[in-house]
Amino acid sequence: MASKKDPQTADTVVPVLQEATLGLLRELVAHLRQNRTQLREEWVRRITEAQLLIAMTKEEIFAEATSVFDNYVELLETGSIEALQAHARNLSERIIPRGVETQEVVGIVLLLRDVLARSLFKKYQSDFALLNSVLDAYEPAANRIANTVSVGFVQERERIIRQQQEAIRELSTPVLQVRERLLILPIIGVIDPQRSRQITEQLLRGIRANRAKVVVIDITGVPTIDSQVANHLVQTVEASRLMGATVIVTGLSSEIAQTLVTIGVDLGKMKTVGDLQGGIEESERILGYKVIDVSEAPVQKSPGVM
Amino acid sequence: MYDNQSVPIKSDRDIVIARQHGRTYASKIGFTGGDLTLIATAISELARNIVEYAKQGEIVLSSIQQGGQAGICIVARDEGPGIVDIVQAMEDGYSSRRSLGLGLPGTKRIVDEFEIVSNSGKGTTVTVKKWLR
Amino acid sequence: MEVPILKQGDYLIASIQSALSDADLLNLRDELADRVGRFRSRGVIVDVTPIDVMDSFATRTMRSIAHMLKLRGAETVIVGIQPEVAFAMVQLGLTLEDVATALDLEEGLAYLNDRMTGGSSSVR
Repeated sequence: MASKKDPQTADTVVPVLQEATLGLLRELVAHLRQNRTQLREEWVRRITEAQLLIAMTKEEIFAEATSVFDNYVELLETGSIEALQAHARNLSERIIPRGVETQEVVGIVLLLRDVLARSLFKKYQSDFALLNSVLDAYEPAANRIANTVSVGFVQERERIIRQQQEAIRELSTPVLQVRERLLILPIIGVIDPQRSRQITEQLLRGIRANRAKVVVIDITGVPTIDSQVANHLVQTVEASRLMGATVIVTGLSSEIAQTLVTIGVDLGKMKTVGDLQGGIEESERILGYKVIDVSEAPVQKSPGVM
Repeated sequence: MYDNQSVPIKSDRDIVIARQHGRTYASKIGFTGGDLTLIATAISELARNIVEYAKQGEIVLSSIQQGGQAGICIVARDEGPGIVDIVQAMEDGYSSRRSLGLGLPGTKRIVDEFEIVSNSGKGTTVTVKKWLR
Repeated sequence: MEVPILKQGDYLIASIQSALSDADLLNLRDELADRVGRFRSRGVIVDVTPIDVMDSFATRTMRSIAHMLKLRGAETVIVGIQPEVAFAMVQLGLTLEDVATALDLEEGLAYLNDRMTGGSSSVR
């Protein structure tokens, strides 16, 4: 890394520039502008050769390369990193869904740095001292750009991942009211500690919001849980009790039953019933509901609490 | 980062004040819902420990950062008699006086980091941290 | 901070209004023990809805209230424990195992009525 500073907090590429350095940068910007077409083509050729961005077509690569190149040169000229940061975010947003990987992005920016450096070598090779000064001006800026683009990509990726996790989590634990005062929580899939925390929060809030008296947690769709999550499940049952609700757990696999026995769960604290149907029947009994066949019922009346 | 905040603990009234300050302070850092309750509860236990065993002391709240993660640090400090046997004090159910014995071990369970330093005759300092998830 | 205690028939209802200090909690315990005897109450509801922290001391006091009142002939039910508070209590290891709890005042009354008529239903 060229700089130890956080690319997010600094907004100029090279904070203090000597007048001489500025002059050199201007000169090399002019050089890069002049040779735009050729350099760009060289860069795209190197990208293809290195088999980077394979998820994209050649035309797409060329279009993206052009705009990154222009931004790159502009940044060298103005020293303002904001436009490039915005561009990097934008670019990431477009290419992440295409499956572009972090190493590809880092790879292409480093390639651009190399392509441009080579062209500077070629231009100044006759004057070694001048070449040295040009590289002194170019390198920190180029490294900073590589850094910015890569960090921008990674941050965008992390943002998307967080967003997706949130969405999945919300989808994954519905709290359903099936009768007055009866909630059902069908849990499907792996429960990690974070998800189990979320299930608990949703359940306890659901009890209050729906004035639930009985909750059936069905874990038929959960293959296995570790002891931490098992303990959390027991805590959830106890917390529900403190709020005045009875929890019935249904659909325990033999593996989960074994985990619960191993951690020494006090079975007096947890009501369990074999399957969801049995759990609902038990809840109805607790709530005082009685399900009757209407054809056999002597008087038509809606079932109610005793 | 927010300025440290110190709450003097001299009586059982201050326990309530300390946990209310703690709740406000933690919500500024970004804690919400269940975590705020856990933080307020931890402060309550730590402050009560001071009142019960040392008569007076202070609770200091500070905001902390580590590897891009924000959190709250709560330090409970007193110059009381100190705890002779820390290992024993941290056992569930242990109580040298009238507490239920869940104060310190319970607090440890609801925070992310817990550290206790006590010198017999020189007082006790308990430092706990909780990170934003 | 005094806790208002309402007498309603055979029951007493203590509605906590805001955060209580340890001394307030002990006062509440003594007041209830006194009034249960004076009014020959058979049931007591303690409404803790506004309480945002139930630490080990508060929980222990609630439990001793329930036990003391039981010895003096009344059933106690704690109502209104908030979701976050309930979970914090459990994580601290405070589960109020032998004390009856209900969602709110209405449920608390239903629980007591049920107990007084001989517990025809198994709802706790």
